[in-house]
Amino acid sequence: MLLQLVLNIFIAVSWMFISNSYDFGAFFGGYLIGLFLIFILRRSFSHRFYLINLWAVIKLILIFFRELILSNYSIMKVVVNPKLDVKPGIFAMPTELKKDWEIMTLSNLITLTPGTLVVDISDDKKILYIHAMDIQDVDEAIDSIKNSFEKAIMEVSR
Amino acid sequence: MIEMLKILFAVIILFGALLSVLSAIGIVRLPDVYTRNHAVSKSATLGVLSILLGTFLYFWIIEGYMNFRVILGFVFLFMTSPVAGHLISRAAYNSKVPLWEKSVRDDLKDKDKHAKKLSQ
Repeated sequence: MLLQLVLNIFIAVSWMFISNSYDFGAFFGGYLIGLFLIFILRRSFSHRFYLINLWAVIKLILIFFRELILSNYSIMKVVVNPKLDVKPGIFAMPTELKKDWEIMTLSNLITLTPGTLVVDISDDKKILYIHAMDIQDVDEAIDSIKNSFEKAIMEVSR
Repeated sequence: MIEMLKILFAVIILFGALLSVLSAIGIVRLPDVYTRNHAVSKSATLGVLSILLGTFLYFWIIEGYMNFRVILGFVFLFMTSPVAGHLISRAAYNSKVPLWEKSVRDDLKDKDKHAKKLSQ
């Protein structure tokens, strides 16, 4: 992904030299041309066309904001509710993510999800220990985390 | 139009203030470190974020002055506050702060056994 981005900027700068005009318009035109060239030559790179990764990152950010608002709503409900009828607890969730930044992003996302907070990560980085505000069904919670976040993060790093 | 925008920004800022008040109430009401951490790391984040957002939009649209430092503060806060919540609860667990007595399960207590079971 980084290689394609650097190549695209290189093509844009070359376009500025070719057209001998050094402003943002020329850079942007060259960037679009470079994007088109990389799209044509996308099969000669080892990774896929990098706009797809960019789109996955944008989707991840949108999920982040949606979860932040939902989690605030659920915490507000617990705080305002006159009776404190929650069942907190810590459960373990195995994860398939390998790289450090992926695990960091996943645990940040989990911390901002409705009613879950990462307490510890096991030494081999395979299990996340998550404190949940209200444990009703652990498997269901694990499933929802896996389906939404883990998939979105894998989509970015593929 | 300008008046309506002003009212909108005021609503955003008041919403942030309301969230901050509710998270402060959460700190007082909730029973143990971990559940309090839930209230702080979520509500306070979104509360401060919406106060900053309202301020940014007000100065941008009404006064015509765009200050990107506010947006930077926004991003930094968004990245650091979940990490802080995680670290505080981890430190609490490692120094053996007990969970609330009505907690239903604690997988972290038998951490080694658990890791062995899952790796098989």
